[in-house]
Amino acid sequence: MNFLRKSLDNIKKPFGKGEKYERFAPAINAFDTFLFVPNHTTHKGAHIRDAVDLKRTMVTVIIALLPALIYGIYNTGYQYFIQTGEAFTFLDAFIHGSWKILPMIAVSYIVGLTIEFIFAIYRGHEVNEGYLVTGLLIPMIMPVDIPLWMVAISVAFAVLIAKEAFGGTGMNILNPALTARAFAFFAYPTYMSGNKVWVSEASNIDAISGETILGSLAAGNNVSYSFFEMFQGAIPGSIAETSTLWVAVGAFILIFTGVGSWRIIVGGIGGAAIMGFLFNLWGANALMSFDWMNHLVVGGFAFGIVFMATDPVSAAQTNQGKWIYGILVGIFCILIRVFNPAYPEGVMLAILLMNVFAPTIDHYVVEGNIKRRKKRWAAAQLKTA
Amino acid sequence: MSKDIRIRKGFNLNLEGEANKILVDTHPSKTYALKPDDFFFSTPKLLVKEGEKAQKGSPLFFSKQNPRIHFVSPVGGEVTAIVRGAKRKILEVVITQDDAQGSVHHDIPSLESINQEQVKEVLLKAGAWPFITQRPYGTIAQPEDTPKAIFVSAFSTAPLDVDYDFLLKNNKAEFQKGIDVLAKIAEVTLTADANFKGFFEKVANANIVGIKGEHPAGNVGVQIHHINPINAGDRVWVVNPEDVANIGMLFSTGEFSAQRTVAVVGSSVKNPQYYKTTIGASIHSLLQGAEINDAQPNRYINGDVLTGVATAVDSYLGYYNNLFSVIPEGNHFRMFGWLPFVDNKIPSMSKTSLSWIFGKRKAIVDTNLNGEERALVVTGEMEKVFPMDIYPMQLIKACMIEDVERMEVLGIYEVVPQDFAMIDYSSTSKLEAQEIIRKGVELMIKEEG
Repeated sequence: MNFLRKSLDNIKKPFGKGEKYERFAPAINAFDTFLFVPNHTTHKGAHIRDAVDLKRTMVTVIIALLPALIYGIYNTGYQYFIQTGEAFTFLDAFIHGSWKILPMIAVSYIVGLTIEFIFAIYRGHEVNEGYLVTGLLIPMIMPVDIPLWMVAISVAFAVLIAKEAFGGTGMNILNPALTARAFAFFAYPTYMSGNKVWVSEASNIDAISGETILGSLAAGNNVSYSFFEMFQGAIPGSIAETSTLWVAVGAFILIFTGVGSWRIIVGGIGGAAIMGFLFNLWGANALMSFDWMNHLVVGGFAFGIVFMATDPVSAAQTNQGKWIYGILVGIFCILIRVFNPAYPEGVMLAILLMNVFAPTIDHYVVEGNIKRRKKRWAAAQLKTA
Repeated sequence: MSKDIRIRKGFNLNLEGEANKILVDTHPSKTYALKPDDFFFSTPKLLVKEGEKAQKGSPLFFSKQNPRIHFVSPVGGEVTAIVRGAKRKILEVVITQDDAQGSVHHDIPSLESINQEQVKEVLLKAGAWPFITQRPYGTIAQPEDTPKAIFVSAFSTAPLDVDYDFLLKNNKAEFQKGIDVLAKIAEVTLTADANFKGFFEKVANANIVGIKGEHPAGNVGVQIHHINPINAGDRVWVVNPEDVANIGMLFSTGEFSAQRTVAVVGSSVKNPQYYKTTIGASIHSLLQGAEINDAQPNRYINGDVLTGVATAVDSYLGYYNNLFSVIPEGNHFRMFGWLPFVDNKIPSMSKTSLSWIFGKRKAIVDTNLNGEERALVVTGEMEKVFPMDIYPMQLIKACMIEDVERMEVLGIYEVVPQDFAMIDYSSTSKLEAQEIIRKGVELMIKEEG
């Protein structure tokens, strides 16, 4: 370790203050701090600090994403093999899925991190860790057969327009990963919806029946999966969104470590359940009578509410606001699903919509606090007068 | 007798190096110093020159903001150095002790007949006024104001903080007398640990409130917020428990009392215990008995590890500090230390570390930042350690953009930087909340003129 440290210090020399490559220091620091927590000590404020930092927080989110990702990789292979009718083992399915998905992840990280590094050097700040999560989320919410160049363009759009244009990590209004998906959804609709995109290599397979459950419901067809099948996730869909079970494992990790807001998750589930139940009572068409419990396990709802809605930057920031935000995400998700069959996947649009309104929610929560304080001041003045 | 108050948010850090309940005299200090920086937002105007003699209790400098407020010598002796820093700012006024100089004596009117103005006059003349600070802002109180209450917090929750019941065990009568004096100015609220109020339970002439809760429940600002919140224009005065006893001694003897009992604590201290000394004593004198483990570089802190001021070993004790902390410096690298569930010996409030499993174990902490400063990403963590009905992040942001009106309505009157210490500590983005709030408070004072 000492040897490594010394060689690193040597490599870093030309990037030091006043040296030749000082401008590129953020880039080399990003690699250095990946290997070592730096020797920085406190200079002002509290002399001791908690062990937690942004790297650790972001890596915890990645750990929470892994169960869903691994299942998604397997499910990609599984969907392919059951459509082709070949015999296969777990390993075959996993290898097929990896072959499809790992390149997408690589493209997402390479494109996204390159832009992040350039902006860090340009702006002269350290590279923020936010993209570690965003870069993994983007491929996880894409259809498996989307071409890599579309992934690259979506990533570039999301990082440049949704994030850096607003000032970088911590400043964005919209969730960058969902912005990438929304961009792909509206720019390349044929690759993002329909019944040919959700199964690997679908265009090469004859007689495919690979539409998502929400898609077939919107088309007026019946659902042939049981609740448990949908919960477990062996259904067509975006790569890692299908398994509510493994998303729930991720949710447990996020809530237990305190990294994800349980208020948003619980609020979202509550909002969606209530909305689904109300539609059940109404029951005017197949989508409305789709059982409210099933709404919670199909499509991207679970994945979105656990991993996207809880993004602390684009969500509401006050505790009260988080409840309101979560509930509204749930309500709007089901509302969009049921009333707008052109967009069977409501959760993406619901979260993006609420991203935009999150500052407004916070504004009213904080105004409430201010009003309470002013009232107290006025009451005190009356007393003394 | 008031009801106990329970403060629900907060977190107690369990650190190695708590002071044993032993009280001894320190080694005698040859020199003493007053450091004007200890007095928030008060600019000193010198009254002495180097080489002049000073009696115990004779003024060394006064406050430019209010010339009635004098700062007096804690011992008799000779002014041997006036240490200046950049722009000739006065850093230290050093007195070499010489008891032959004697002390200044004041005539004290009898407590039965004394009125509010006379009490203020005695405190001002004797140089005991700086013991009284005010809210909002945490500056020295203005003698022209009439406070709506005076708060004395004998409940301490800061890491390794002192036990005032033990610290004042030999000064119970003086403490009572000090309370009696302060009660002439305004109603005194005395807070104590609800689980063990000690002798404070029997103190007369004060409204005694028991407090339950974790740090920062012991911060007097948090207690004021829950007991008698500050509104725009209100003044609440605050006195440290030992300074209440000092005021009591002044009114008994007619002489300025500069007694300071200091607990020397921290994992680098071999003998963490209480030492009886005098305001402004040299740190050398304090550390001689305590014995420091200097196998590694240490940080010396006037105050607790969250809010204290880093100090050189050849400097002097802070004016208000009952605590002196010594912990190891942390300028070392940790390979892959950012991974979750790695280096679990470093305490963490977050469950991204397994340190919560060892919750009962006393931790050794150093001054490593454990990461780097980042953009504000995580939300909701500040609220967990900020037990006031104030939105801390919104207030911090208002201070950052220097929006005075917004700071005002978000509650800047009720806070001092120290209330944000746990936010400093727990921040994922390594935010310097105390520094931001300090600048915000300074801006408010300037704006109000």
